Amino acid sequence: MRAIARLISLIEREDPSRLAALKALHAFGGKAHVVGITGPPGAGKSTLTDKIIGVLRRRGRRVAVLAVDPSSPFTGGAILGDRIRMQRHATDEGVYIRSLATRGHLGGLSRAAGEAVRVLDAAGYDDIIVETVGVGQSEVDIVRIADTVVLVSVPGLGDDIQAIKAGVMEIGDVFCVNKADKDGAERVVREIRVMLETAVFNGAATRFSPLYAARAALDPQRPTHPADDPGLHSGMDAGQGSSHHMRAQLPGHPNFEIPAVVSTVAETGQGMEALVNEIKTHEAALVATGFLRSRREANLAWELGRGAAERVLASLERAERKETLAELACAVLDKKMDYHDALDTLERALTRS
Amino acid sequence: MERKIRVLVAKPGLDGHDRGAKVIARALRDAGMEVVYTGLRQTPEQIVSASIQEDVDVIAMSILSGAHNHLFPRVMELLKEKGIDDVLVMGGGVIPEDDIPGLKAAGIAAVFTPGSPTTDIIEFIKNNLKRRD
Repeated sequence: MRAIARLISLIEREDPSRLAALKALHAFGGKAHVVGITGPPGAGKSTLTDKIIGVLRRRGRRVAVLAVDPSSPFTGGAILGDRIRMQRHATDEGVYIRSLATRGHLGGLSRAAGEAVRVLDAAGYDDIIVETVGVGQSEVDIVRIADTVVLVSVPGLGDDIQAIKAGVMEIGDVFCVNKADKDGAERVVREIRVMLETAVFNGAATRFSPLYAARAALDPQRPTHPADDPGLHSGMDAGQGSSHHMRAQLPGHPNFEIPAVVSTVAETGQGMEALVNEIKTHEAALVATGFLRSRREANLAWELGRGAAERVLASLERAERKETLAELACAVLDKKMDYHDALDTLERALTRS
Repeated sequence: MERKIRVLVAKPGLDGHDRGAKVIARALRDAGMEVVYTGLRQTPEQIVSASIQEDVDVIAMSILSGAHNHLFPRVMELLKEKGIDDVLVMGGGVIPEDDIPGLKAAGIAAVFTPGSPTTDIIEFIKNNLKRRD
């Protein structure tokens, strides 16, 4: 555990000595289920994570957690407080919890998160939970790391719930309405379902529809419409602990499934088994359809692209090119050159070397 | 990338007052440190285990209950058992002057009692880190 902790620190400060260790580890792993927990500040992400750890431990799984909190943009300092809710697991050998500060990185995670996940995976943890900072509208980096994203909402945010719908609401694989004992929880469940169903009605590109269509193709017996499935209730009740597979009801539509919306009260543990079941059902669907592989491929390609862009930027900022950059900036400013011509010039300069 | 100082702030024992610990946590944050706050009623085992998992440079503990003579040395003992000798361990809280030499002998690097300026604590950490790697 100590070696893991040290290596993650080296990753965090981008110490060159991390590379040898990462190289040695790279052949291991690939088996862990990476679960992202995201949602607005105060939604109960840390408490949910604590309870999810508990459920997974009872199922005999080894669990690692990366909990991200924001760094101050002014001092660079950070209060990492997610751990408070999880300290009961501190002495459990089957649980590793690490707090990460964003260190200036936007997007809801820290730059080190991706590599840290690979280390924990190689170390043999069965489940890796990544808890993002409290998110607003566009912190969607978690989809690049997690196999399954749990989007946590709570009642009482009023119009804020509307606000987040356009952004992060689209990245959920499993939806969780926490603090379901509070007034307005049923309304939040209903709003999320309507949002998801409307996306299906509209034929919008969603994260979930291709997966559900592929799963349905594997198992034609599996009901994809509420009318065919006596086991599912189609009412609007938001009973705690129950999960809601509401499906859009449009005849002739190939697949009506929408993600599960699970009501929980993390504080008391209500609904936690159901939530973990839905997380695992999603994993099973990813595995059965081959989406796990394709999702990870796409994510890694994206990460490689981002890494490459960072290297290009670093090389542009080396002394001799910095001069070129400054010259080109002047040329554009003085109307001697078009912006895109300047970019082309830079690209040529880069590919020459 | 610049080396960040990581500090675990913990409240061992059973007293329920963490205002002081929170003031310290905030001051350290404002000094640019990353502070892992573990909250109230921590056992020495939880503190040591968390400090390993979080790879901290400093453990800062606050006790107001009077159990410092037991709990602080116990944390040092556990660290030693785990072979950890490069973490700076500090204590604070309502601690009688007479107890301080004993705590220092047990390995607590410094004890800050009520009224200590937070700037002293920050300076002490910066000047006494054991890990420079």
